[in-house]
Amino acid sequence: MDAILLQILNGLDKGSAYALIALGLTLIFGTLGVVNFAHGALFMLGAFCAVSLQKLMSVSKITIDPSQLDFLGNPLKVKTPYIVEWFGPNVGNVIIDWNVPLSIIVAIPVMLSIGYIMERGLIKHFYKRPHADQILVTFGLAIVIQELVKANYGANPIPTPAPDQFVGSFNVGALIGLDASYPYWRLIYFAFSAVIISAVFAFLRFTTFGMVVRAGMADRETVGLLGINIDRRFTIMFGIAAAVAGLAGVMYTPINSPNYHMGMDFLVLSFVVVVVGGMGSLPGAVLAGFLLGILESFASMNEVKGFFEMLYLPSIDQIIIYLVAIIVLLTRPRGLMGKAGVMEE
Amino acid sequence: MKSISNADTRTLYFVAIIAILAPFILNPFPTDSGLAQFNAGYPDLMQRFAIYGILAIGFNILFGLTGYLSFGHAAFLGVGSYSAVWMFKLLSMNIIPAIILSVIVAGLFSLLIGFISLRRSGIYFSILTLAFAQMSFALAYSVLTPLTNGETGLQITLNDPRIFAAENVSGNLPVTSLFGMEMRDTWTLNLGAWDFQFNIGYYICAIFLLIAFYLSIRIFRSPFGMMLRAVKTNQTRLNYTGINTRPYTLAAFVISGMYAGLAGGLMASMDPLAGAERMQWTASGEIVLMTILGGTGTLLGPVMGAGFIKYFENIFSKINDTVLHGWFAWMPDGLENVIVWILHLFTGKGWHLTLGIMFMLIVIFLPGGLMEGMSRIGNWWKRRKGGDENTSEAKSTPAE
Repeated sequence: MDAILLQILNGLDKGSAYALIALGLTLIFGTLGVVNFAHGALFMLGAFCAVSLQKLMSVSKITIDPSQLDFLGNPLKVKTPYIVEWFGPNVGNVIIDWNVPLSIIVAIPVMLSIGYIMERGLIKHFYKRPHADQILVTFGLAIVIQELVKANYGANPIPTPAPDQFVGSFNVGALIGLDASYPYWRLIYFAFSAVIISAVFAFLRFTTFGMVVRAGMADRETVGLLGINIDRRFTIMFGIAAAVAGLAGVMYTPINSPNYHMGMDFLVLSFVVVVVGGMGSLPGAVLAGFLLGILESFASMNEVKGFFEMLYLPSIDQIIIYLVAIIVLLTRPRGLMGKAGVMEE
Repeated sequence: MKSISNADTRTLYFVAIIAILAPFILNPFPTDSGLAQFNAGYPDLMQRFAIYGILAIGFNILFGLTGYLSFGHAAFLGVGSYSAVWMFKLLSMNIIPAIILSVIVAGLFSLLIGFISLRRSGIYFSILTLAFAQMSFALAYSVLTPLTNGETGLQITLNDPRIFAAENVSGNLPVTSLFGMEMRDTWTLNLGAWDFQFNIGYYICAIFLLIAFYLSIRIFRSPFGMMLRAVKTNQTRLNYTGINTRPYTLAAFVISGMYAGLAGGLMASMDPLAGAERMQWTASGEIVLMTILGGTGTLLGPVMGAGFIKYFENIFSKINDTVLHGWFAWMPDGLENVIVWILHLFTGKGWHLTLGIMFMLIVIFLPGGLMEGMSRIGNWWKRRKGGDENTSEAKSTPAE
């Protein structure tokens, strides 16, 4: 039981990332009818918001301290980050330590505007072009973003640690009489993504703006005929989808140090998640994200691997998601919660 | 060749002549001159031109004719390479069985993937093929390590069984050959300051390229090809007229998978190793890019696109900062540094950035690729000439 609980928990944080990216993909697809191959790049850009903030915060003032000598006998150069100098050592160090949560505040406007610019500047011109062109141009954009990040930040992963308070783990199992301790930050990641997902759903469900967007997803033309500028709202939804991906990236940095190709790695799996969940279905995307995340972590359990070894089969933890996707598509071609008439052609 | 038209025959001859004379055409600069780095006439690169040409021709049969955008073609390339290397390990270093097996295995593999992926069309199809390619990558990279040797890649070793090969007495790794002709054999012709290299491996690739090109002409001009075009134009209407399009699209998918398998087999024949990174989805993206860049749905386009990309990849990767500084040394220092810093982003290791930007520009402004660009220039030229005649006529008519 302990192991099972642990695997479920393990699956939740990866599943959260899948769900958040898949949610954004589905939002874009549902509103604008575009498959955004650059969505993984947006996830990665979010993560690099945190990296940039970390770099920015560690910009230091160099003072020469004549009372101390370094090993060559020269006066020691002391680096004090400007943040520490401005806020004093106590507050300053806490601010630097809380870099990742603070990046959220930076990432939201940055990602919203990146999404806005991307839609207005590029994707807008592709609505009337074939789907293949949309895929290709966003794919090209993904390569460009990825390479620019690589040129700026190098190819190696950059560690961005979580605040000290959240280092370490928490015995979740103790709450229900089991034993399964689990890192704090991953729990926070799950909680955070749950909040974001609910916020997106609430936004679509309970606000007028969301209602108009949902109406537009159902029948864009009619909404347009009613005198509502639906394009504008869809553009904003694109920005929101970009922000969701970006936030998923920001919060993911302490779990895995960001590197330039992390977005692509997640994107392919998120596509599978979208397809399994059913193209155009928001609940489907979230559900499939968590399901596949948990499934993946179960397949990597030693017991499961041992079982496969017993049957002289290789372990399938790397490909379980794809296998499930194949089975789902063969039995339910529309995915788990796909609606009729979406991308049927 | 009675069923292909004169124009197509001319294109085929054109490609054949280019392929035969490639060692001359690609080597325009003397070996010792400063421009020698722009030469492309050495065996390794010429082989790649031909191999990627085959790959792009095959991809074009699927994407150009049916409009199904597959993002997983690198998987077939990889499967082909792996099966060829296994043939080298098990049978002998002769490339014929290796290439035959790689085509067959890639064909079967694409039949399986196509059967599932082609249940959906449009975006779904692209995503599915992408997922399959990634799955194949994961399989090759870790799951099937006994078959693929994981991340090291599959290589030939001295103690492979090789049941048909003669006893290896030299103690060196055997080399791939075609009935005794070694693939790496190169004959160099020195003409003045020029060195032209004629490589057996390249000419074998070129022969396969020509066969592949001829077959693709036949497919393009056949009733089957017309059917595939009809699928691209309006699949729904075809379905409503009572035609089941699935067998046609599946056949196209398998054919293009076999082309990719052939390319993979040739790649392994030229250099007997196979790695998982050959199957990664960036590799699939590159295949798409070659076809788009050259011109989707045209005969000559994909080959041109493949050559173009492989050539510039090679050239751009060679241009490092030292070379750049050498070029701009005549400028004032500050300006030189700025220009080198900007160009540094795009050259050397930044080649992928150039590739990405080129890709976007082509998709945005020139969806028909180089072929469309050329025909636009041709039309513009004709119109200009024609325009002149028209104006002269216009002048002459009122006089009558």
